[in-house]
Amino acid sequence: MARIIADRSACQGYANCVVAAGDYFDIDDDALVIVLREDLPDSERKRVEEAARSCPVSALVVED
Amino acid sequence: MSRVVIVGASVGGLKTAQALRGEGFEGEIVLIDQEHHPTYDKPPLSKKYLMGAAARHEIELLSERETQGIGALSIFGSPAASLDADRKVVTLEDGAAVPYDTLVIATGSRARRSPWGEGEHIHLLRTSGDAERLRDELATTRHLVVIGAGFIGGEAAATAIMAGVRVSMVDPFPAPMSRVLNAEVGQIFSRKYAQEGVEEYFGRTVEGVEQTTDGVRVVLDGGEIIEADAALVGIGAVVNTEWLESSGIELDNGVVCDSTLRAIGHPEIFAVGDIARWASASRNVSLRLEHWTNAVDQARVAAHNIAHPDDCEDYETTEYVWSDQYDWKIQVVGRTGTDDIVVIGSEENQRFAVLYSEDGEALTGALVVNWPRALVDARRAVAARTDRAEIAARLTGDAARPVTPAL
Repeated sequence: MARIIADRSACQGYANCVVAAGDYFDIDDDALVIVLREDLPDSERKRVEEAARSCPVSALVVED
Repeated sequence: MSRVVIVGASVGGLKTAQALRGEGFEGEIVLIDQEHHPTYDKPPLSKKYLMGAAARHEIELLSERETQGIGALSIFGSPAASLDADRKVVTLEDGAAVPYDTLVIATGSRARRSPWGEGEHIHLLRTSGDAERLRDELATTRHLVVIGAGFIGGEAAATAIMAGVRVSMVDPFPAPMSRVLNAEVGQIFSRKYAQEGVEEYFGRTVEGVEQTTDGVRVVLDGGEIIEADAALVGIGAVVNTEWLESSGIELDNGVVCDSTLRAIGHPEIFAVGDIARWASASRNVSLRLEHWTNAVDQARVAAHNIAHPDDCEDYETTEYVWSDQYDWKIQVVGRTGTDDIVVIGSEENQRFAVLYSEDGEALTGALVVNWPRALVDARRAVAARTDRAEIAARLTGDAARPVTPAL
Protein backbone atom coordinates (compact mmCIF):
# COMPACT_ATOMS: atom_id res chain seq x y z
CA MET A 1 0.00 0.00 0.00
CA ALA A 2 1.25 3.51 -0.80
CA ARG A 3 2.25 5.83 2.04
CA ILE A 4 2.07 9.57 2.53
CA ILE A 5 5.32 11.25 3.58
CA ALA A 6 5.15 14.80 4.94
CA ASP A 7 8.18 17.05 5.37
CA ARG A 8 7.21 19.16 8.37
CA SER A 9 10.39 21.22 8.09
CA ALA A 10 9.26 22.39 4.65
CA CYS A 11 5.58 22.95 5.55
CA GLN A 12 4.50 26.60 5.68
CA GLY A 13 0.89 26.08 6.70
CA TYR A 14 -0.79 27.12 3.45
CA ALA A 15 -3.47 24.45 4.07
CA ASN A 16 -4.04 23.59 0.41
CA CYS A 17 -3.78 19.89 1.35
CA VAL A 18 -6.42 20.31 4.07
CA VAL A 19 -8.84 21.89 1.62
CA ALA A 20 -8.15 19.23 -1.04
CA ALA A 21 -8.26 16.18 1.27
CA GLY A 22 -9.34 17.09 4.79
CA ASP A 23 -9.76 13.40 5.68
CA TYR A 24 -6.00 12.86 5.21
CA PHE A 25 -4.47 16.21 6.28
CA ASP A 26 -4.83 18.85 8.96
CA ILE A 27 -2.54 21.57 10.27
CA ASP A 28 -1.68 22.16 13.91
CA ASP A 29 -1.42 25.40 15.91
CA ASP A 30 2.16 25.85 14.75
CA ALA A 31 0.92 25.84 11.14
CA LEU A 32 2.53 22.46 10.41
CA VAL A 33 0.90 19.63 8.52
CA ILE A 34 -0.47 16.60 10.33
CA VAL A 35 -1.01 13.42 8.31
CA LEU A 36 -4.19 11.88 9.73
CA ARG A 37 -3.79 8.54 7.91
CA GLU A 38 -0.44 7.48 6.44
CA ASP A 39 -1.60 4.38 4.59
CA LEU A 40 -3.17 5.14 1.28
CA PRO A 41 -5.45 2.66 -0.48
CA ASP A 42 -5.27 2.66 -4.28
CA SER A 43 -8.84 3.90 -4.55
CA GLU A 44 -7.85 7.17 -2.80
CA ARG A 45 -4.46 7.58 -4.41
CA LYS A 46 -5.38 9.96 -7.25
CA ARG A 47 -7.20 12.39 -4.96
CA VAL A 48 -4.41 12.43 -2.38
CA GLU A 49 -1.73 12.84 -5.06
CA GLU A 50 -3.66 15.85 -6.35
CA ALA A 51 -3.69 17.26 -2.82
CA ALA A 52 0.08 16.71 -2.60
CA ARG A 53 0.61 18.51 -5.90
CA SER A 54 -1.31 21.51 -4.59
CA CYS A 55 1.31 22.08 -1.86
CA PRO A 56 3.13 25.35 -2.64
CA VAL A 57 6.36 24.12 -1.02
CA SER A 58 6.27 20.47 -2.18
CA ALA A 59 6.19 19.19 1.40
CA LEU A 60 4.08 16.11 0.56
CA VAL A 61 5.06 12.97 -1.31
CA VAL A 62 3.16 9.76 -2.00
CA GLU A 63 5.52 6.78 -2.03
CA ASP A 64 5.05 3.13 -2.92
CA MET B 1 -1.57 8.53 -30.04
CA SER B 2 -2.73 12.08 -29.40
CA ARG B 3 -0.49 15.05 -28.62
CA VAL B 4 -1.12 17.74 -26.03
CA VAL B 5 0.86 20.95 -26.59
CA ILE B 6 1.16 23.21 -23.54
CA VAL B 7 2.34 26.75 -24.19
CA GLY B 8 3.82 28.19 -20.99
CA ALA B 9 5.92 26.07 -18.60
CA SER B 10 5.42 27.94 -15.36
CA VAL B 11 3.15 26.63 -12.60
CA GLY B 12 -0.07 26.34 -14.68
CA GLY B 13 1.55 24.56 -17.62
CA LEU B 14 3.78 22.24 -15.61
CA LYS B 15 1.04 21.20 -13.22
CA THR B 16 -1.25 20.48 -16.17
CA ALA B 17 1.38 18.16 -17.64
CA GLN B 18 1.83 16.45 -14.28
CA ALA B 19 -1.92 16.09 -13.74
CA LEU B 20 -2.37 14.64 -17.24
CA ARG B 21 -0.06 11.76 -16.29
CA GLY B 22 -1.99 11.44 -13.03
CA GLU B 23 -5.13 10.99 -15.14
CA GLY B 24 -3.42 8.17 -17.05
CA PHE B 25 -2.85 10.15 -20.25
CA GLU B 26 -0.25 8.23 -22.25
CA GLY B 27 0.04 10.43 -25.33
CA GLU B 28 2.75 12.89 -26.19
CA ILE B 29 3.14 16.10 -24.14
CA VAL B 30 5.04 19.06 -25.58
CA LEU B 31 5.97 22.02 -23.35
CA ILE B 32 6.81 25.36 -24.97
CA ASP B 33 8.14 28.46 -23.21
CA GLN B 34 9.86 31.68 -24.23
CA GLU B 35 12.30 31.46 -21.32
CA HIS B 36 15.32 29.16 -21.53
CA HIS B 37 14.79 27.91 -17.95
CA PRO B 38 11.13 28.58 -17.18
CA THR B 39 10.39 25.80 -14.69
CA TYR B 40 10.85 27.75 -11.47
CA ASP B 41 8.33 28.84 -8.88
CA LYS B 42 7.49 32.54 -8.75
CA PRO B 43 6.37 33.23 -5.13
CA PRO B 44 9.97 32.94 -3.76
CA LEU B 45 11.21 35.58 -6.23
CA SER B 46 10.08 38.44 -3.99
CA LYS B 47 10.99 36.64 -0.76
CA LYS B 48 13.73 34.10 -0.07
CA TYR B 49 15.19 34.07 -3.59
CA LEU B 50 15.41 37.86 -3.55
CA MET B 51 16.95 37.65 -0.07
CA GLY B 52 19.64 35.28 -1.40
CA ALA B 53 18.40 32.58 0.99
CA ALA B 54 17.51 30.07 -1.76
CA ALA B 55 19.57 28.88 -4.71
CA ARG B 56 18.14 28.51 -8.22
CA HIS B 57 17.73 24.73 -7.92
CA GLU B 58 15.77 25.20 -4.69
CA ILE B 59 12.97 27.08 -6.43
CA GLU B 60 12.32 24.50 -9.14
CA LEU B 61 8.62 23.62 -9.38
CA LEU B 62 9.23 19.91 -9.92
CA SER B 63 11.86 17.47 -8.72
CA GLU B 64 13.98 15.66 -11.31
CA ARG B 65 12.01 12.51 -10.61
CA GLU B 66 8.71 14.30 -11.22
CA THR B 67 10.02 15.85 -14.44
CA GLN B 68 11.15 12.43 -15.67
CA GLY B 69 7.78 10.99 -14.73
CA ILE B 70 6.05 13.45 -17.06
CA GLY B 71 8.39 12.64 -19.96
CA ALA B 72 7.49 15.76 -21.94
CA LEU B 73 9.31 17.14 -24.96
CA SER B 74 10.48 20.61 -23.90
CA ILE B 75 10.98 23.41 -26.43
CA PHE B 76 12.35 26.30 -24.36
CA GLY B 77 13.82 29.63 -25.39
CA SER B 78 11.57 30.54 -28.32
CA PRO B 79 8.21 32.23 -27.71
CA ALA B 80 5.03 31.10 -29.40
CA ALA B 81 4.40 33.67 -32.13
CA SER B 82 0.99 32.65 -33.47
CA LEU B 83 -1.79 30.10 -33.35
CA ASP B 84 -3.67 28.65 -36.32
CA ALA B 85 -6.72 27.21 -34.57
CA ASP B 86 -8.21 25.77 -37.79
CA ARG B 87 -5.10 23.82 -38.79
CA LYS B 88 -4.22 23.18 -35.11
CA VAL B 89 -0.66 24.46 -35.30
CA VAL B 90 1.38 26.70 -32.99
CA THR B 91 4.17 28.59 -34.74
CA LEU B 92 7.18 29.72 -32.72
CA GLU B 93 9.17 32.89 -33.21
CA ASP B 94 12.07 30.87 -34.60
CA GLY B 95 9.74 29.53 -37.31
CA ALA B 96 9.15 26.03 -35.93
CA ALA B 97 5.60 24.73 -36.43
CA VAL B 98 4.18 22.53 -33.67
CA PRO B 99 0.93 20.68 -34.48
CA TYR B 100 -1.39 19.63 -31.67
CA ASP B 101 -4.51 17.59 -31.04
CA THR B 102 -5.19 19.42 -27.77
CA LEU B 103 -3.74 22.83 -26.88
CA VAL B 104 -3.32 24.24 -23.37
CA ILE B 105 -2.72 27.98 -23.23
CA ALA B 106 -0.74 28.87 -20.10
CA THR B 107 1.29 31.90 -21.17
CA GLY B 108 0.29 33.81 -18.05
CA SER B 109 1.07 37.43 -17.54
CA ARG B 110 4.08 39.74 -17.31
CA ALA B 111 4.93 42.73 -15.14
CA ARG B 112 3.36 45.95 -16.32
CA ARG B 113 6.18 48.12 -17.63
CA SER B 114 7.17 51.36 -15.99
CA PRO B 115 5.29 54.23 -17.66
CA TRP B 116 8.07 56.52 -16.38
CA GLY B 117 10.83 55.02 -18.48
CA GLU B 118 13.41 52.36 -17.86
CA GLY B 119 17.00 52.27 -16.76
CA GLU B 120 19.73 50.33 -15.03
CA HIS B 121 18.45 51.22 -11.56
CA ILE B 122 14.71 50.99 -12.36
CA HIS B 123 13.50 47.44 -11.74
CA LEU B 124 10.53 45.18 -12.40
CA LEU B 125 10.00 41.89 -10.56
CA ARG B 126 8.40 38.98 -12.38
CA THR B 127 11.02 36.52 -13.68
CA SER B 128 14.00 34.86 -12.03
CA GLY B 129 16.23 37.18 -14.09
CA ASP B 130 14.42 40.22 -12.66
CA ALA B 131 14.89 38.85 -9.14
CA GLU B 132 18.61 38.24 -9.72
CA ARG B 133 19.15 41.80 -10.98
CA LEU B 134 17.27 43.28 -8.03
CA ARG B 135 19.06 40.98 -5.57
CA ASP B 136 22.43 42.17 -6.91
CA GLU B 137 21.26 45.77 -6.67
CA LEU B 138 20.14 45.33 -3.05
CA ALA B 139 23.66 44.24 -2.13
CA THR B 140 24.91 47.81 -2.63
CA THR B 141 21.74 49.90 -2.43
CA ARG B 142 21.24 52.10 0.62
CA HIS B 143 17.84 53.47 -0.36
CA LEU B 144 15.17 51.76 -2.50
CA VAL B 145 11.95 53.39 -3.66
CA VAL B 146 9.10 50.90 -4.14
CA ILE B 147 6.39 52.21 -6.45
CA GLY B 148 3.16 50.28 -5.91
CA ALA B 149 2.02 48.91 -2.55
CA GLY B 150 0.45 45.65 -3.70
CA PHE B 151 1.69 42.14 -2.96
CA ILE B 152 4.93 42.36 -4.99
CA GLY B 153 5.79 45.81 -3.66
CA GLY B 154 4.95 44.85 -0.09
CA GLU B 155 7.02 41.66 -0.19
CA ALA B 156 10.03 43.21 -1.92
CA ALA B 157 9.96 46.12 0.53
CA ALA B 158 9.93 43.69 3.46
CA THR B 159 12.85 41.75 1.97
CA ALA B 160 14.83 44.97 1.45
CA ILE B 161 14.11 46.25 4.98
CA MET B 162 15.21 42.91 6.45
CA ALA B 163 18.42 43.23 4.40
CA GLY B 164 19.09 46.60 6.05
CA VAL B 165 18.08 48.77 3.09
CA ARG B 166 16.17 52.02 3.63
CA VAL B 167 12.81 51.79 1.84
CA SER B 168 10.39 54.46 0.66
CA MET B 169 7.04 53.28 -0.66
CA VAL B 170 4.67 55.19 -2.95
CA ASP B 171 1.09 54.35 -3.92
CA PRO B 172 -1.81 56.48 -5.16
CA PHE B 173 -4.19 54.75 -2.72
CA PRO B 174 -4.26 56.05 0.87
CA ALA B 175 -3.17 52.66 2.26
CA PRO B 176 -1.27 49.59 1.02
CA MET B 177 -2.99 46.50 -0.42
CA SER B 178 -6.00 48.70 -1.20
CA ARG B 179 -6.88 46.96 -4.44
CA VAL B 180 -7.47 43.70 -2.56
CA LEU B 181 -8.53 44.77 0.93
CA ASN B 182 -10.84 47.57 1.95
CA ALA B 183 -9.44 50.90 3.17
CA GLU B 184 -9.83 50.23 6.91
CA VAL B 185 -7.87 46.97 6.64
CA GLY B 186 -5.28 48.64 4.43
CA GLN B 187 -4.56 50.92 7.39
CA ILE B 188 -3.54 47.89 9.48
CA PHE B 189 -0.82 47.23 6.91
CA SER B 190 0.13 50.90 6.80
CA ARG B 191 0.73 50.78 10.58
CA LYS B 192 2.76 47.60 10.24
CA TYR B 193 4.95 48.99 7.44
CA ALA B 194 5.61 52.18 9.42
CA GLN B 195 6.61 50.13 12.49
CA GLU B 196 9.06 48.19 10.36
CA GLY B 197 10.63 51.44 9.17
CA VAL B 198 9.09 51.95 5.73
CA GLU B 199 8.86 55.63 4.78
CA GLU B 200 5.33 55.91 3.44
CA TYR B 201 4.08 58.11 0.62
CA PHE B 202 0.52 56.78 0.36
CA GLY B 203 -2.16 58.74 -1.45
CA ARG B 204 0.61 60.19 -3.62
CA THR B 205 1.13 59.82 -7.36
CA VAL B 206 4.41 59.49 -9.22
CA GLU B 207 4.98 62.21 -11.82
CA GLY B 208 8.27 60.84 -13.09
CA VAL B 209 11.27 58.63 -12.43
CA GLU B 210 14.62 59.99 -13.57
CA GLN B 211 17.74 57.92 -13.78
CA THR B 212 20.75 59.88 -12.51
CA THR B 213 24.44 59.00 -12.80
CA ASP B 214 24.36 56.86 -9.67
CA GLY B 215 20.71 56.35 -8.79
CA VAL B 216 17.15 57.55 -9.32
CA ARG B 217 15.04 60.61 -8.58
CA VAL B 218 11.34 59.89 -8.07
CA VAL B 219 9.21 62.99 -8.59
CA LEU B 220 5.87 63.02 -6.75
CA ASP B 221 2.74 65.13 -7.24
CA GLY B 222 3.40 68.62 -5.95
CA GLY B 223 7.03 68.39 -7.01
CA GLU B 224 8.46 66.57 -3.97
CA ILE B 225 11.49 64.49 -4.93
CA ILE B 226 12.73 61.21 -3.40
CA GLU B 227 16.44 60.71 -4.10
CA ALA B 228 17.42 57.04 -3.96
CA ASP B 229 19.82 54.46 -5.35
CA ALA B 230 17.22 52.31 -7.08
CA ALA B 231 13.49 51.97 -7.75
CA LEU B 232 11.21 48.95 -8.05
CA VAL B 233 8.04 49.39 -10.09
CA GLY B 234 5.37 46.92 -8.94
CA ILE B 235 2.18 48.14 -10.56
CA GLY B 236 0.47 44.94 -11.64
CA ALA B 237 0.56 42.49 -14.50
CA VAL B 238 -0.56 42.31 -18.14
CA VAL B 239 -1.76 39.08 -19.77
CA ASN B 240 0.37 37.57 -22.54
CA THR B 241 -2.31 37.26 -25.24
CA GLU B 242 -0.55 39.06 -28.13
CA TRP B 243 0.44 35.81 -29.86
CA LEU B 244 -3.23 34.79 -29.98
CA GLU B 245 -4.57 37.97 -31.58
CA SER B 246 -4.62 36.61 -35.14
CA SER B 247 -5.97 33.18 -34.11
CA GLY B 248 -9.65 34.09 -34.05
CA ILE B 249 -10.18 32.66 -30.55
CA GLU B 250 -12.11 34.97 -28.27
CA LEU B 251 -9.99 37.27 -26.10
CA ASP B 252 -11.12 39.70 -23.42
CA ASN B 253 -8.19 40.57 -21.16
CA GLY B 254 -7.46 36.82 -21.17
CA VAL B 255 -8.68 33.80 -23.13
CA VAL B 256 -12.47 33.56 -22.86
CA CYS B 257 -13.41 30.05 -21.68
CA ASP B 258 -16.57 28.19 -20.75
CA SER B 259 -17.14 26.78 -17.27
CA THR B 260 -14.89 23.77 -18.06
CA LEU B 261 -11.87 25.93 -19.10
CA ARG B 262 -12.35 25.32 -22.83
CA ALA B 263 -11.91 28.26 -25.20
CA ILE B 264 -15.29 29.30 -26.60
CA GLY B 265 -16.00 27.47 -29.86
CA HIS B 266 -12.80 25.37 -29.62
CA PRO B 267 -13.35 22.25 -27.50
CA GLU B 268 -9.73 21.16 -28.12
CA ILE B 269 -8.23 24.37 -26.65
CA PHE B 270 -7.97 24.97 -22.89
CA ALA B 271 -6.58 27.84 -20.85
CA VAL B 272 -5.17 27.72 -17.30
CA GLY B 273 -3.63 30.19 -14.88
CA ASP B 274 -3.43 33.99 -15.08
CA ILE B 275 -4.56 34.01 -18.70
CA ALA B 276 -7.81 32.04 -18.29
CA ARG B 277 -11.03 34.05 -18.12
CA TRP B 278 -13.68 31.46 -17.42
CA ALA B 279 -17.42 31.52 -16.84
CA SER B 280 -18.07 30.43 -13.27
CA ALA B 281 -21.16 28.25 -13.38
CA SER B 282 -22.08 28.73 -9.71
CA ARG B 283 -21.47 32.48 -9.54
CA ASN B 284 -22.74 33.30 -13.02
CA VAL B 285 -19.86 35.70 -13.67
CA SER B 286 -16.67 35.66 -15.71
CA LEU B 287 -13.53 35.49 -13.56
CA ARG B 288 -9.79 35.72 -14.07
CA LEU B 289 -7.42 35.17 -11.13
CA GLU B 290 -3.66 35.72 -10.85
CA HIS B 291 -3.11 33.30 -7.98
CA TRP B 292 -0.77 30.32 -7.56
CA THR B 293 -3.44 28.03 -6.09
CA ASN B 294 -5.88 28.97 -8.85
CA ALA B 295 -3.35 27.90 -11.49
CA VAL B 296 -2.80 24.53 -9.78
CA ASP B 297 -6.51 23.87 -9.32
CA GLN B 298 -7.24 24.83 -12.93
CA ALA B 299 -4.43 22.53 -14.10
CA ARG B 300 -6.11 19.63 -12.31
CA VAL B 301 -9.53 20.34 -13.84
CA ALA B 302 -8.16 20.99 -17.35
CA ALA B 303 -6.19 17.72 -17.22
CA HIS B 304 -9.29 15.84 -16.07
CA ASN B 305 -11.36 17.36 -18.88
CA ILE B 306 -8.70 16.55 -21.50
CA ALA B 307 -8.48 12.94 -20.34
CA HIS B 308 -12.24 12.51 -19.81
CA PRO B 309 -14.02 14.55 -22.49
CA ASP B 310 -17.30 12.72 -21.78
CA ASP B 311 -17.21 13.59 -18.08
CA CYS B 312 -16.20 17.27 -18.02
CA GLU B 313 -16.00 19.08 -14.68
CA ASP B 314 -16.87 22.73 -14.16
CA TYR B 315 -14.04 24.72 -12.61
CA GLU B 316 -15.11 26.21 -9.28
CA THR B 317 -12.84 27.85 -6.75
CA THR B 318 -12.57 29.86 -3.58
CA GLU B 319 -9.91 32.53 -4.09
CA TYR B 320 -6.79 32.00 -1.99
CA VAL B 321 -3.58 33.98 -2.01
CA TRP B 322 -0.82 34.40 0.53
CA SER B 323 1.94 36.87 1.23
CA ASP B 324 4.88 36.71 3.65
CA GLN B 325 5.96 40.12 4.92
CA TYR B 326 8.26 40.68 7.92
CA ASP B 327 7.01 38.29 10.64
CA TRP B 328 3.50 38.20 9.20
CA LYS B 329 2.05 35.23 7.34
CA ILE B 330 -0.78 36.90 5.46
CA GLN B 331 -3.51 34.82 3.84
CA VAL B 332 -6.46 36.11 1.87
CA VAL B 333 -9.49 33.90 1.22
CA GLY B 334 -12.52 34.61 -0.97
CA ARG B 335 -13.55 38.18 -1.72
CA THR B 336 -12.26 40.92 0.55
CA GLY B 337 -13.43 44.21 -0.92
CA THR B 338 -16.59 44.93 1.04
CA ASP B 339 -16.66 47.38 3.98
CA ASP B 340 -18.78 45.04 6.14
CA ILE B 341 -16.09 43.52 8.34
CA VAL B 342 -15.63 41.92 11.76
CA VAL B 343 -12.11 41.88 13.22
CA ILE B 344 -11.21 39.12 15.68
CA GLY B 345 -7.96 38.30 17.45
CA SER B 346 -5.38 40.95 18.21
CA GLU B 347 -3.42 43.22 15.89
CA GLU B 348 -1.11 44.00 18.81
CA ASN B 349 -0.30 40.30 19.32
CA GLN B 350 0.09 39.96 15.56
CA ARG B 351 -2.50 37.21 15.29
CA PHE B 352 -5.84 38.31 13.89
CA ALA B 353 -8.44 37.77 11.21
CA VAL B 354 -10.79 40.07 9.33
CA LEU B 355 -14.08 38.45 8.34
CA TYR B 356 -15.91 39.93 5.35
CA SER B 357 -19.56 39.49 4.43
CA GLU B 358 -21.18 40.76 1.25
CA ASP B 359 -24.73 40.16 2.48
CA GLY B 360 -24.28 40.73 6.22
CA GLU B 361 -24.75 37.02 6.99
CA ALA B 362 -22.54 34.56 5.10
CA LEU B 363 -18.76 34.64 5.34
CA THR B 364 -17.62 35.62 1.83
CA GLY B 365 -14.00 36.53 2.49
CA ALA B 366 -11.28 36.60 5.13
CA LEU B 367 -7.88 38.06 5.78
CA VAL B 368 -5.85 35.95 8.22
CA VAL B 369 -2.54 36.90 9.83
CA ASN B 370 -0.41 34.34 11.73
CA TRP B 371 -3.41 32.18 12.63
CA PRO B 372 -3.43 28.67 11.08
CA ARG B 373 -6.68 27.50 12.67
CA ALA B 374 -8.51 30.58 11.40
CA LEU B 375 -7.13 29.99 7.90
CA VAL B 376 -8.45 26.42 7.72
CA ASP B 377 -11.83 27.40 9.16
CA ALA B 378 -12.15 30.42 6.87
CA ARG B 379 -11.31 28.47 3.72
CA ARG B 380 -13.95 25.88 4.54
CA ALA B 381 -16.51 28.45 5.70
CA VAL B 382 -16.21 30.69 2.63
CA ALA B 383 -16.61 27.68 0.34
CA ALA B 384 -19.70 26.56 2.32
CA ARG B 385 -21.08 30.10 2.85
CA THR B 386 -21.23 29.47 6.61
CA ASP B 387 -22.70 32.21 8.80
CA ARG B 388 -20.04 34.74 9.70
CA ALA B 389 -21.35 35.02 13.27
CA GLU B 390 -20.86 31.29 13.77
CA ILE B 391 -17.27 31.29 12.54
CA ALA B 392 -16.48 34.47 14.52
CA ALA B 393 -17.75 32.88 17.74
CA ARG B 394 -15.74 29.71 17.18
CA LEU B 395 -12.53 31.60 16.40
CA THR B 396 -12.96 34.06 19.25
CA GLY B 397 -12.73 31.04 21.57
CA ASP B 398 -9.56 29.94 19.80
CA ALA B 399 -8.13 33.47 19.98
CA ALA B 400 -8.34 33.39 23.78
CA ARG B 401 -5.70 30.66 23.88
CA PRO B 402 -2.05 31.68 24.29
CA VAL B 403 -0.16 32.57 21.13
CA THR B 404 2.67 30.34 20.03
CA PRO B 405 4.64 32.20 17.40
CA ALA B 406 4.52 30.06 14.26
CA LEU B 407 7.65 31.65 12.81
